[in-house]
Amino acid sequence: MSAASIQLKNDPAVQYLLRIGDTALVLGQRLAEWTGHAPQLEEDIALANMALDLVGQARAVLTRAGQLDGHGYDEDQLAFLREERDFRNVTLVELPRGDFAFTVLRNAMMASFFRLLWDSLKHSSDEELAAIAGKAVKEARYHQQHAFDWVVRLGQGTDESLRRLRTALDQLWPYTAELFSEDEVDEQAGASGLGPRWADLSDPWDAQMAELLGEAGLEIPKGTPFVSAGKRGVHSEHMGFLLAEMQYLQRAYPGGVW
Amino acid sequence: MAADRVQRAWDVLGEVLDPEVPALSVRDLGIVRDVIDHGEELEVVLTPTYSGCPATEVIEQSVLGALQAEGLGPARATLRRAPAWTTDWITDEGKRKLLDYGIAPPGPVLPEGVSPIRIVRREPAIACPRCGSTHTERLSAFGSTACKAMYRCVSCREPFEHFKPI
Repeated sequence: MSAASIQLKNDPAVQYLLRIGDTALVLGQRLAEWTGHAPQLEEDIALANMALDLVGQARAVLTRAGQLDGHGYDEDQLAFLREERDFRNVTLVELPRGDFAFTVLRNAMMASFFRLLWDSLKHSSDEELAAIAGKAVKEARYHQQHAFDWVVRLGQGTDESLRRLRTALDQLWPYTAELFSEDEVDEQAGASGLGPRWADLSDPWDAQMAELLGEAGLEIPKGTPFVSAGKRGVHSEHMGFLLAEMQYLQRAYPGGVW
Repeated sequence: MAADRVQRAWDVLGEVLDPEVPALSVRDLGIVRDVIDHGEELEVVLTPTYSGCPATEVIEQSVLGALQAEGLGPARATLRRAPAWTTDWITDEGKRKLLDYGIAPPGPVLPEGVSPIRIVRREPAIACPRCGSTHTERLSAFGSTACKAMYRCVSCREPFEHFKPI
């Protein structure tokens, strides 16, 4: 027995919101996996706290996406009843959590990105999205500070911590291109004033990464032609497993509530 | 009469405690933005603290329950996201209560920009709520709830929580 899946309409504004909401949701899900497994109690709590912020941001944005879609779907239906091809998160956030170096480096990349995105979304033509951004940008700042501290610590720590950080960078870097790849959804959001074209966030993001990685003693890897396509619904092999875990309760017990 | 109902509602809200920091009322916390008398119905406008704060729904229920209990209902709660809540809205009374409760209150929020995060930075000194020493160190920027950070006092050796400015 399982619940029927839902699909949202292929409207550029709805798609733009799904990209934001799904990216926050899936990163939140990955961070929540650390609960009970982080190297120290403080980090366990920190990662869970950041997961909570991200899931909270996702709830608000997905609720808004549901309103714009107009079928009357709520945040829970969007999170739990869509199929893999209908999720619009960037592939970077669905990669398995890896080790602590991988997690904090990805957090640094994503917190920098989100902080730039939310800061720009404060001026969205959609009042609700602007209001959500006004709150979220402050949370992203704490996430960024936490992740940057750790990246520098690991980079300047032991040979082993530097080795792990370097490995994480080589694994993560090819997936960052997707954050700034352009298409009609991005173009329309920029034109309508809904939000920034993500491509326009590339320069300040690159500058922040260059400063951070320089401080950590790492070099930015060379770019490659590879561009992942999660935000168009084409995901990695890891996404199905993530959704199977995240959605299992609603799929097994349709409509179940606390 | 209408003004009286609104005033009584504010008084009641001064007794509704935050479930995660029960030293503070929802008024002290600054999340009650308005109380409006619509004649039949009373509207309480709330602004959430953190996007993912799990206490939001509980607070809404407590607020409505307290108003009903005082015979001020029917009442409904509405959510106002903008402007975003800031710790600057915690009242002076609220900050004093936090200190008495053993939580170092937040300092003023610094202007927010997309200024790059300083990689090597100096945290403003947080005074220990027990002995007052500013010789303290941060253990973690995240604590038992989203709004708090964990600190340790180097002078009296006691750990404590800090309500972080946001």
